[in-house]
Amino acid sequence: MVVSILHRATGIALSLAGLAVLTWWLVALSKGPDAYATFDKASHHPLGIVVLVGLTWSFFQHLLSGIRHLTMDTGAAFELGVNKRFAVLTIIGSVVLTALLWAWLMGVRP
Amino acid sequence: MSLGESSSPLGKVRGLGSAREGGEHWLTERVTSIALLLLGTWFIASLLLLPKLDPQTFTEWLRAPSGAIPMALLIIVGFKHALDGMKVFIDDYVHEPGSNFVINTLLLFVAVAGGAIALFALASLVFGAPA
Repeated sequence: MVVSILHRATGIALSLAGLAVLTWWLVALSKGPDAYATFDKASHHPLGIVVLVGLTWSFFQHLLSGIRHLTMDTGAAFELGVNKRFAVLTIIGSVVLTALLWAWLMGVRP
Repeated sequence: MSLGESSSPLGKVRGLGSAREGGEHWLTERVTSIALLLLGTWFIASLLLLPKLDPQTFTEWLRAPSGAIPMALLIIVGFKHALDGMKVFIDDYVHEPGSNFVINTLLLFVAVAGGAIALFALASLVFGAPA
Protein backbone atom coordinates (compact mmCIF):
# COMPACT_ATOMS: atom_id res chain seq x y z
CA MET A 1 0.00 0.00 0.00
CA VAL A 2 2.86 2.39 0.83
CA VAL A 3 4.44 1.60 -2.55
CA SER A 4 1.15 2.27 -4.30
CA ILE A 5 0.92 5.70 -2.66
CA LEU A 6 4.58 6.33 -3.50
CA HIS A 7 3.84 5.49 -7.14
CA ARG A 8 1.25 8.23 -7.22
CA ALA A 9 3.28 10.76 -5.23
CA THR A 10 6.43 10.26 -7.32
CA GLY A 11 4.32 10.42 -10.49
CA ILE A 12 2.96 13.82 -9.45
CA ALA A 13 6.46 15.01 -8.49
CA LEU A 14 7.84 13.92 -11.86
CA SER A 15 4.91 15.47 -13.75
CA LEU A 16 5.17 18.84 -12.06
CA ALA A 17 8.78 19.31 -10.93
CA GLY A 18 10.47 16.77 -13.21
CA LEU A 19 9.08 18.05 -16.49
CA ALA A 20 9.52 21.65 -15.35
CA VAL A 21 13.24 21.06 -14.67
CA LEU A 22 13.65 19.18 -17.97
CA THR A 23 11.97 22.04 -19.87
CA TRP A 24 13.97 24.68 -18.01
CA TRP A 25 17.19 22.80 -18.77
CA LEU A 26 16.37 22.58 -22.51
CA VAL A 27 15.34 26.24 -22.72
CA ALA A 28 18.50 27.29 -20.86
CA LEU A 29 20.66 25.21 -23.20
CA SER A 30 18.98 26.66 -26.28
CA LYS A 31 19.47 30.25 -25.11
CA GLY A 32 23.23 30.08 -24.79
CA PRO A 33 25.86 30.35 -22.04
CA ASP A 34 24.36 33.25 -20.06
CA ALA A 35 20.94 31.64 -19.65
CA TYR A 36 22.59 28.33 -18.89
CA ALA A 37 24.68 29.92 -16.12
CA THR A 38 21.44 30.65 -14.20
CA PHE A 39 20.30 27.05 -14.48
CA ASP A 40 23.78 25.82 -13.60
CA LYS A 41 23.87 27.99 -10.49
CA ALA A 42 20.44 26.80 -9.33
CA SER A 43 21.30 23.14 -9.97
CA HIS A 44 24.47 23.44 -7.87
CA HIS A 45 22.74 25.23 -5.00
CA PRO A 46 22.21 22.87 -1.99
CA LEU A 47 18.44 23.23 -2.41
CA GLY A 48 18.75 22.53 -6.14
CA ILE A 49 20.73 19.38 -5.41
CA VAL A 50 18.05 18.24 -2.94
CA VAL A 51 15.43 18.71 -5.69
CA LEU A 52 17.53 16.85 -8.27
CA VAL A 53 18.30 13.96 -5.91
CA GLY A 54 14.60 13.84 -5.02
CA LEU A 55 13.68 13.74 -8.69
CA THR A 56 16.16 10.98 -9.53
CA TRP A 57 14.85 8.92 -6.62
CA SER A 58 11.27 9.64 -7.76
CA PHE A 59 12.22 8.56 -11.29
CA PHE A 60 13.67 5.22 -10.15
CA GLN A 61 10.88 4.58 -7.62
CA HIS A 62 8.18 5.34 -10.22
CA LEU A 63 9.99 3.23 -12.83
CA LEU A 64 10.34 0.21 -10.52
CA SER A 65 6.84 0.43 -9.02
CA GLY A 66 5.61 0.98 -12.58
CA ILE A 67 7.17 -2.34 -13.59
CA ARG A 68 5.44 -3.85 -10.56
CA HIS A 69 2.08 -2.45 -11.67
CA LEU A 70 2.60 -3.68 -15.25
CA THR A 71 3.37 -7.14 -13.87
CA MET A 72 0.24 -7.03 -11.71
CA ASP A 73 -1.80 -5.90 -14.74
CA THR A 74 -1.05 -9.31 -16.24
CA GLY A 75 -2.59 -10.92 -13.16
CA ALA A 76 0.73 -12.02 -11.69
CA ALA A 77 2.37 -11.33 -8.32
CA PHE A 78 -0.84 -11.01 -6.29
CA GLU A 79 0.21 -13.69 -3.80
CA LEU A 80 0.77 -11.95 -0.46
CA GLY A 81 4.40 -12.95 0.02
CA VAL A 82 5.48 -12.29 -3.55
CA ASN A 83 3.58 -9.02 -3.67
CA LYS A 84 5.15 -7.75 -0.44
CA ARG A 85 8.66 -8.76 -1.49
CA PHE A 86 8.21 -7.05 -4.88
CA ALA A 87 7.02 -3.87 -3.15
CA VAL A 88 9.98 -3.81 -0.75
CA LEU A 89 12.37 -4.48 -3.64
CA THR A 90 11.15 -1.38 -5.51
CA ILE A 91 12.12 0.80 -2.52
CA ILE A 92 15.51 -0.86 -2.02
CA GLY A 93 16.13 -0.70 -5.76
CA SER A 94 15.24 2.98 -6.10
CA VAL A 95 17.45 3.99 -3.16
CA VAL A 96 20.40 1.90 -4.42
CA LEU A 97 20.07 3.20 -8.01
CA THR A 98 19.83 6.81 -6.80
CA ALA A 99 22.94 6.36 -4.62
CA LEU A 100 24.85 4.74 -7.51
CA LEU A 101 23.87 7.46 -9.97
CA TRP A 102 24.93 10.30 -7.69
CA ALA A 103 28.15 8.51 -6.72
CA TRP A 104 28.93 8.21 -10.43
CA LEU A 105 28.06 11.89 -11.05
CA MET A 106 30.41 12.86 -8.20
CA GLY A 107 33.23 11.01 -9.94
CA VAL A 108 33.25 7.73 -8.02
CA ARG A 109 34.30 4.95 -10.42
CA PRO A 110 34.36 1.20 -9.73
CA MET B 1 -35.31 1.73 -13.16
CA SER B 2 -35.95 1.34 -9.46
CA LEU B 3 -33.18 2.02 -6.96
CA GLY B 4 -35.36 1.72 -3.88
CA GLU B 5 -34.80 -0.59 -0.92
CA SER B 6 -37.04 -3.20 -2.45
CA SER B 7 -35.14 -3.55 -5.72
CA SER B 8 -32.93 -6.56 -6.25
CA PRO B 9 -29.11 -6.26 -6.26
CA LEU B 10 -29.17 -6.75 -10.04
CA GLY B 11 -31.76 -4.02 -10.39
CA LYS B 12 -29.57 -1.62 -8.40
CA VAL B 13 -26.55 -1.98 -10.65
CA ARG B 14 -28.42 -1.99 -13.96
CA GLY B 15 -27.66 1.18 -15.83
CA LEU B 16 -24.86 2.05 -13.40
CA GLY B 17 -22.25 -0.08 -15.08
CA SER B 18 -19.35 0.71 -17.37
CA ALA B 19 -19.08 4.26 -18.63
CA ARG B 20 -18.22 2.64 -21.99
CA GLU B 21 -15.11 4.76 -22.17
CA GLY B 22 -11.79 4.95 -20.39
CA GLY B 23 -10.38 1.69 -21.70
CA GLU B 24 -8.27 3.52 -24.23
CA HIS B 25 -6.98 5.96 -21.60
CA TRP B 26 -6.00 3.03 -19.36
CA LEU B 27 -4.20 1.26 -22.19
CA THR B 28 -2.45 4.43 -23.43
CA GLU B 29 -1.08 4.99 -19.93
CA ARG B 30 0.48 1.50 -20.01
CA VAL B 31 1.84 1.79 -23.54
CA THR B 32 3.46 5.18 -22.83
CA SER B 33 4.89 3.75 -19.60
CA ILE B 34 6.66 1.01 -21.57
CA ALA B 35 7.98 3.62 -24.02
CA LEU B 36 9.23 5.71 -21.09
CA LEU B 37 10.94 2.66 -19.61
CA LEU B 38 13.11 2.69 -22.75
CA LEU B 39 13.40 6.47 -23.19
CA GLY B 40 14.01 7.12 -19.49
CA THR B 41 16.73 4.48 -19.35
CA TRP B 42 18.27 5.98 -22.50
CA PHE B 43 18.23 9.46 -20.90
CA ILE B 44 19.87 8.38 -17.63
CA ALA B 45 22.41 6.12 -19.37
CA SER B 46 23.33 8.91 -21.82
CA LEU B 47 23.88 11.40 -19.00
CA LEU B 48 26.11 8.92 -17.21
CA LEU B 49 28.15 8.19 -20.34
CA LEU B 50 28.71 11.83 -21.36
CA PRO B 51 32.38 12.74 -20.84
CA LYS B 52 31.43 16.05 -19.16
CA LEU B 53 28.22 17.60 -17.86
CA ASP B 54 28.68 21.08 -19.31
CA PRO B 55 26.48 22.98 -21.79
CA GLN B 56 28.86 22.37 -24.73
CA THR B 57 28.75 18.60 -24.24
CA PHE B 58 24.95 18.60 -23.71
CA THR B 59 24.43 20.68 -26.87
CA GLU B 60 26.72 18.50 -28.98
CA TRP B 61 24.87 15.41 -27.71
CA LEU B 62 21.39 16.83 -28.42
CA ARG B 63 22.28 18.30 -31.83
CA ALA B 64 23.12 14.86 -33.22
CA PRO B 65 20.12 12.82 -34.49
CA SER B 66 21.00 10.06 -32.00
CA GLY B 67 20.37 12.55 -29.19
CA ALA B 68 17.70 14.80 -30.72
CA ILE B 69 15.28 12.09 -31.84
CA PRO B 70 15.02 10.16 -28.55
CA MET B 71 14.87 13.48 -26.68
CA ALA B 72 11.95 14.67 -28.82
CA LEU B 73 10.19 11.36 -28.14
CA LEU B 74 10.97 11.62 -24.42
CA ILE B 75 9.37 15.09 -24.33
CA ILE B 76 6.24 14.03 -26.25
CA VAL B 77 5.69 10.71 -24.47
CA GLY B 78 6.73 12.16 -21.10
CA PHE B 79 4.20 14.99 -21.22
CA LYS B 80 1.48 12.65 -22.53
CA HIS B 81 2.11 10.11 -19.75
CA ALA B 82 2.17 12.90 -17.13
CA LEU B 83 -1.12 14.25 -18.49
CA ASP B 84 -2.75 10.80 -18.39
CA GLY B 85 -1.46 10.12 -14.87
CA MET B 86 -2.50 13.49 -13.48
CA LYS B 87 -5.98 13.00 -14.98
CA VAL B 88 -6.40 9.78 -12.99
CA PHE B 89 -5.34 11.64 -9.84
CA ILE B 90 -7.77 14.52 -10.51
CA ASP B 91 -10.66 12.17 -11.41
CA ASP B 92 -10.09 10.34 -8.12
CA TYR B 93 -10.42 13.46 -5.99
CA VAL B 94 -12.48 16.04 -7.91
CA HIS B 95 -15.94 14.57 -8.39
CA GLU B 96 -18.03 17.66 -9.09
CA PRO B 97 -18.41 17.60 -12.92
CA GLY B 98 -17.89 21.35 -13.38
CA SER B 99 -14.67 21.57 -11.35
CA ASN B 100 -13.48 18.29 -12.83
CA PHE B 101 -13.86 19.66 -16.35
CA VAL B 102 -12.18 22.97 -15.50
CA ILE B 103 -9.17 21.36 -13.79
CA ASN B 104 -8.74 18.70 -16.48
CA THR B 105 -8.92 21.32 -19.23
CA LEU B 106 -6.39 23.51 -17.40
CA LEU B 107 -4.14 20.48 -16.99
CA LEU B 108 -4.42 19.69 -20.70
CA PHE B 109 -3.45 23.26 -21.65
CA VAL B 110 -0.47 23.29 -19.26
CA ALA B 111 0.75 19.91 -20.53
CA VAL B 112 0.47 20.86 -24.21
CA ALA B 113 2.09 24.27 -23.61
CA GLY B 114 4.92 22.70 -21.57
CA GLY B 115 5.56 20.07 -24.20
CA ALA B 116 5.54 22.69 -26.96
CA ILE B 117 8.04 24.89 -25.08
CA ALA B 118 10.37 21.93 -24.48
CA LEU B 119 10.12 20.81 -28.12
CA PHE B 120 10.75 24.34 -29.38
CA ALA B 121 13.84 24.64 -27.17
CA LEU B 122 15.13 21.33 -28.51
CA ALA B 123 14.41 22.42 -32.09
CA SER B 124 16.29 25.69 -31.67
CA LEU B 125 19.23 23.71 -30.23
CA VAL B 126 19.22 21.36 -33.20
CA PHE B 127 18.45 23.76 -36.04
CA GLY B 128 19.83 27.00 -34.60
CA ALA B 129 23.31 28.32 -35.21
CA PRO B 130 26.00 26.43 -33.29
CA ALA B 131 26.74 28.16 -29.99
